[in-house]
Amino acid sequence: MSEVTVRVQKIKKDTVRTRLLIFGVIALLLLLASIFSEHLVPCDPYLQDLANAKAAPSAAHWFGTDRYGRDMLSRVIIGSRVSIFGALLLVCIVTLIGTAVGILSGWCSGKVDTVLMRMADIFLAFPGLVFAMAVAGVLGGGLQNAIIALAAVTWPKYARIARSQTLSVKELPFIKAAKLAGCGTLQIITRHILPNIIGSILVTAMLDIGTMMMELAGLSFLGLGAKPPAAEWGSMVSDARSLLTSAPWVVLAPGGAIFISVMVFNLLGDSVRDYADPKMRGR
Amino acid sequence: MKNYILKRFLQLIPVLLGITFLSFAMMRIAGSDAITELYADKGAVAQEIIDAKRAELGLDKPFLVQYGAWLFGLITGNMGTSYVSGKDVFGTFVSKLPATLLLAFLSVLVTVLVSVPLGIISAVRHDRIADYLIRFLSFIGNSMPNFLVALLLMRLLAIRLKWLPVISNGTGLKSAVMPTLTLAIAMSAKYVRQVRAAVLDELNRDYVIGMRSRGIREGVILKNSVLRSSLLTIITLLAISIGSLLGGTAIVESIFMWDGVGKLAVDAITMRDYPLVQAYVVWMAVIYVAVNLVTDLLYHALDPRIRLGEEKR
Repeated sequence: MSEVTVRVQKIKKDTVRTRLLIFGVIALLLLLASIFSEHLVPCDPYLQDLANAKAAPSAAHWFGTDRYGRDMLSRVIIGSRVSIFGALLLVCIVTLIGTAVGILSGWCSGKVDTVLMRMADIFLAFPGLVFAMAVAGVLGGGLQNAIIALAAVTWPKYARIARSQTLSVKELPFIKAAKLAGCGTLQIITRHILPNIIGSILVTAMLDIGTMMMELAGLSFLGLGAKPPAAEWGSMVSDARSLLTSAPWVVLAPGGAIFISVMVFNLLGDSVRDYADPKMRGR
Repeated sequence: MKNYILKRFLQLIPVLLGITFLSFAMMRIAGSDAITELYADKGAVAQEIIDAKRAELGLDKPFLVQYGAWLFGLITGNMGTSYVSGKDVFGTFVSKLPATLLLAFLSVLVTVLVSVPLGIISAVRHDRIADYLIRFLSFIGNSMPNFLVALLLMRLLAIRLKWLPVISNGTGLKSAVMPTLTLAIAMSAKYVRQVRAAVLDELNRDYVIGMRSRGIREGVILKNSVLRSSLLTIITLLAISIGSLLGGTAIVESIFMWDGVGKLAVDAITMRDYPLVQAYVVWMAVIYVAVNLVTDLLYHALDPRIRLGEEKR
């Protein structure tokens, strides 16, 4: 009986590892494609060809052309720079800030903790996208400001996780031992606390990449992110709205690109979580 | 229970102050006040006139005094006038609010009607075909940004099948179908997973095994015990997802030209009409905080474990 359970567990672990590997590789390929997008495009994504505007997908233009005759495939590829790389950058920023604040809050406790956590509470009291829209609007749009806006809404979540994890680790005997051994505060935090709490933070970060991608695209869709003519999937969809009847591929190409990338990163996030915590499988 | 309610209300005060302060400060960071907007297109204006107008509007006072005055105005429903239309901000906001609340209400209704049964089916039949199918659909829904869902619905229901008007005219029920569906699809995709997890959690408890071993039928266990105890979690999670719903209304309203506060806000942001944006941010946050408060109180009132624990103390 127990032998069977062990074997089942082993098989499950193996499939989780395979999944992690597959989606990890696909996600890495997407990331690499977004970084080197300039070298991958078949045509110039900004070259207008009005005689060939709104052409249906063909061998020359796989995803068709938009209202200015620009090659959609090239634009989708170039757009990945902002959408994929931008979302990853955003997640990195948020993870860094949130973790730093959270550890500080958990480690210092007392007044510092109260002030930082009340601040987090206030940011959490706003419905996410509503606040991000306002911040991006006030800062005047643009990709950089959209990232700042979304970072402003998302950091409290990470701060809370980092804080609660720090609190649970802080009182463990090995930290006291490290203190007795003469480790400085900075050393304890970076060498002993951080490695112990980083796991759950990274899992959360991986699960968030897809969401961040969608929200970044959402802001761009509203005209609060990357601005045309710069190719960005959200703004490309928004720009093509009026062509929904006459040239649906202009909407479907960037829309499909968002959908597929979000899906890949969501699958990766799920696999990472399952790998890290088998109890959470299939939730 | 009374003490708890009082405590929760007192806790609200710093949060509300924080929300209003942040919203007020944000517009100052923008480096724009009523004066610069007022004289923006009038060319060079004498400094005396600007100073006089500044004093008249109270903009020469210290920051905190201005915040105090603004806060007082907020409570009394005087939030200034729009830079663009010159109309009263609060009045404009309130006149558009019902449309958004209707949309939010309909989406929550559809979400509950769809995802609670599906979540339960998925949990009861877990790791079978129905479960896989529901999880697959929920996964697809989770990976689609709502503007894409909106445009796909538009293409299918309005352009291909011609069942519905492409752009809503007014806020009738027929125009509400597509915006509601868009919001409900995004919300259900997340919510179905959470309902499933909550029910599954409860199904794995020891008492369920106990009931099964006593020969109680599966349907009875589910109806009388499992659903009753997971109901609380289900309600709480619904309230949490209202936050993303409120944000989502902005995008969906501006796609379908639904005349609510979300569209109002998006338009105001594009035209840099800050008083309107301010009103939108503050009131959306207040609504969200209120929803959370009601859920919290409901949770306390409904859960005998918490309720009785409080009374004993």
